[in-house]
Amino acid sequence: MQVFPFIVVAWIIGVGLYGIATSRNLIHQIVCLIVVQSSTYVLLLGVGYVTGAVAPYFYDVPVHTPAVDPVVQALALTDVVVEAAVTALLLAIAIQAHKRFGTLDPHELAEFKG
Amino acid sequence: MDHLFALSVAVPLLVAAALVGVKPLLSGRRRMLDTVAVLTAASVAVMLLVIMVQTDGGDRVYWFAGFRPFRGVVIGIDFEAGPLSAGLAALAAVLVTASMVFSWRYFERVATYYHALMLTFLAGMTGFCLTGDIFDLFVWFELMGVSAYALTAYRPEERGPIQGALTFAITNSVGAYVSLSGIALIYGRTGALNMAQIGAYIGRHPPDRLVVVAFLLILAGLLVKSAIVPFHFWLADAHAVAPTPLCVLFSGAMVELGLYGIARVYWSMFGTALGHRAEISHVFLTLGVLTAVVGALFCFRERHIKRLLAFSTISHAGMFLSGIGLLTPLGLAGAAVYVAGHAMVKGALFLCTGIVLHRLGSVNETWLHGRARHLRITGVVFTLAGLGLADLPPFGTFLGKGWIEDTGSAHGMPWLMPVFVLCTILAGGAVLRVAGGVFYGLGDPPSEDERMARAANEETSETDADKRRTPLTMIIPPTVLVALAVAIGLTPLGPAADAAAVRFADQAAYNATVLRGAHVAHPVAPFAAEAAGITVSDVVTGLVSAAGALLLAYLALYWRRLPVLRRGYEPGTGLTTLAEGFQSGVVNDYVTWMVFGLACLGGVLALIIR
Amino acid sequence: MFFAGAAGLVAFYLWGLLGLPGFGNYPGPYGPAILRVAVAQTQATGVVSAVNFEYRGFDTVGEEFILFTAAAGTAIVLRMLRGEGERSPVDEARDRDAPPTSNAVRTIALLFTGPVVVVGWWLASHAQTNPSGGFQGGVVLATAFILIYLAGAFLTFSKLSPTDVTDAVEAAGAGGFAAVGLAALFTGLPYLYNYLPLGQIPGAVSSSGTIALISFFVGLEVAAAFLLIVSELLEQTLLIRHGGR
Repeated sequence: MQVFPFIVVAWIIGVGLYGIATSRNLIHQIVCLIVVQSSTYVLLLGVGYVTGAVAPYFYDVPVHTPAVDPVVQALALTDVVVEAAVTALLLAIAIQAHKRFGTLDPHELAEFKG
Repeated sequence: MDHLFALSVAVPLLVAAALVGVKPLLSGRRRMLDTVAVLTAASVAVMLLVIMVQTDGGDRVYWFAGFRPFRGVVIGIDFEAGPLSAGLAALAAVLVTASMVFSWRYFERVATYYHALMLTFLAGMTGFCLTGDIFDLFVWFELMGVSAYALTAYRPEERGPIQGALTFAITNSVGAYVSLSGIALIYGRTGALNMAQIGAYIGRHPPDRLVVVAFLLILAGLLVKSAIVPFHFWLADAHAVAPTPLCVLFSGAMVELGLYGIARVYWSMFGTALGHRAEISHVFLTLGVLTAVVGALFCFRERHIKRLLAFSTISHAGMFLSGIGLLTPLGLAGAAVYVAGHAMVKGALFLCTGIVLHRLGSVNETWLHGRARHLRITGVVFTLAGLGLADLPPFGTFLGKGWIEDTGSAHGMPWLMPVFVLCTILAGGAVLRVAGGVFYGLGDPPSEDERMARAANEETSETDADKRRTPLTMIIPPTVLVALAVAIGLTPLGPAADAAAVRFADQAAYNATVLRGAHVAHPVAPFAAEAAGITVSDVVTGLVSAAGALLLAYLALYWRRLPVLRRGYEPGTGLTTLAEGFQSGVVNDYVTWMVFGLACLGGVLALIIR
Repeated sequence: MFFAGAAGLVAFYLWGLLGLPGFGNYPGPYGPAILRVAVAQTQATGVVSAVNFEYRGFDTVGEEFILFTAAAGTAIVLRMLRGEGERSPVDEARDRDAPPTSNAVRTIALLFTGPVVVVGWWLASHAQTNPSGGFQGGVVLATAFILIYLAGAFLTFSKLSPTDVTDAVEAAGAGGFAAVGLAALFTGLPYLYNYLPLGQIPGAVSSSGTIALISFFVGLEVAAAFLLIVSELLEQTLLIRHGGR
């Protein structure tokens, strides 16, 4: 099944978008945003995979052993940090929303807009 | 001298870190903090202007850590600067400097963090403009985004900023992650992240579905950032609540950076590979014109001045996208000059609004009617900037728009001119209506009632300082910006802008510059180059737009005396009834629109290219 | 409308995804090119770290500052607002005793704190060797402080991580990274050029020049940023109350 991982990618992003579009709770919505981003991890790591290759670490294997792509792994690492940062900030805003207005529902937050 | 490339990003970042690091020492030394931050931003502006001038004769490339490409394979990250990219970054730096001067001693309670975030925002914008690597583009896009989200939510005690920041952050993040999917997709095919290398690889093969899908997905984040209909909803919500100095950056630079990203992605990566130039141009033009019209209609209807200006930005973004989307060098050059002129006048308008907010504590046009008469200088600057927004020659705006219309007519789209003139009249008329009503008390005063009192309190003041006077640091930046807008219109920019645009649009030259270190002084234009000069028709359209805007503003102010209009009618209502429900303020709806818009665009692109 | 859009978008996306070379057939050339030269050029056996801190080090600068910005942004959003003050939590349900932190949790958390610190440092200092590095190490280090909180000692926790100090450490981490890169310019080398001696033994702790140094700074930055974010969130929920003071 050579295409299976990519079907998973499309599934994850679809589910995440569904969650963001329908959620009535900000925390849930933010988690759905993480789900959308997770699809990019799977895709990044998926495109760089080489069947039968080792991880790109040569501490205990000879230097020219076939290895999977190290670049996508580095990109995924960057991606994870970005996600952590964005999530932290969004959660902080959500905490303030709940504390000030007693609601986490995006519909109710929008009602009082000028 | 090439080290300027690295310094233009590293310096603001280092200063931001240093400011936060020594925060306890800075408390009570506000003047020092402001000085350091303003000087940093100004020095970045100077560096970028130097780069812009230096690259006038040919683009330059900087390889980080010195990893040059070997046989067409890139293993490092590069900065690639031409006059357009460096110029846009310089524009952003100038606006940051102006905003920081404006906010001198502003934001008492969050001082150090505010300065640090403005500087990281600047670094993000600079990196975004100069990078030649598609993943690096995403990283700077996110840095820009995170700084902007945080600054938008700086007043978390109110519902508006919370809601605005959330919709802003969620819609833009979804866009960014969709873009990242596109980047991963194209990487899976080409095994490259450098834009030139990707372009060279996919240009060798006929376009296939992966290339089409990757193109649209990468565009997604940029379309959201540049507020193109139907991805634009977040912009008005975020603008209305963000601190005014930040609005200057959002409207003047951030939205335009999204458009720059679209141009960069098209011309350096996908242009050759996709082919079908005419069809793709039509897709861009459709989006652009739709955005211009929707933005202009909403703009005229609005009474909240910051939201009004935000909708005018959306309308202008549509016109810029049309300029880029014509896919001709002159259109690109026109968009570039238009962006510069617009940034200056829009920046001045926002800063003047900030002064009004500082002095009178409101940004509601109806409530403010006639109440700002004593702000004479502010009124003059605001009115001048409003005329600039209505494309009055010699403001830089008329030139840029003129070129876009010229190249449109030359390529079989003469209807572009009347549509643009109409949009300009609507948006310019709305701004001039504000100017006349608020600063000069023209027109009939509104009735005082309960609704009015509520409207006045839509926005609380941002400043803690003495409200009885306008400090010089607040009035100088908008004045300088308006002067710069005139300077742009009077400088004979034509040949330089045209040459820069031709080089930007020559993908082969870009590839050679990056991958083989070639110095391309004479690129090949995709069309016979059209001369960019000031033509009679440019001046006439500019004058017509400005006159139309003045007339419309006059009519809107005195509508009660017009026999045809019934009493009780507010000018502008009804224009947008169909679409008003969509601007719901609920992020769920916005994301739904994004998904729907992307699906439609995807369908269209798939039909075109398959 | 969402379902129509989502169905269309996912179908379109899948259509493109299926144009990829099959899973496990990564074509290159970026990865293979790096694999060919990385160990010899940098003396680092952890090639992912070499990519992160050297070949694509500039990305990582941006990424560090995203974290830095998020921490500063959290501080702005969660600052004490007008009309708010710090107040210790009041027991609002006097008839029920809050369950005390069980001795098991307390003991385990405190027992783990020491080893966690050691593991964190070890991870942050072995980026060049194995799948560790500043990010991983930093996160683990931040966990140590959270364990102290778990052990029921919030006041100790906030005493151990005063905001000003954490801020300074964070800034030192982020700024240190940017400055390491900048130092190369003074000798005319490009930004982030690896100018330190690379060492002789691939994978040794002393190998790989600036990669190890940058990883150290990243560790500082990540640990401090996470600590800052977590303590801001905790403070907001535990201490800051409306109308207090």
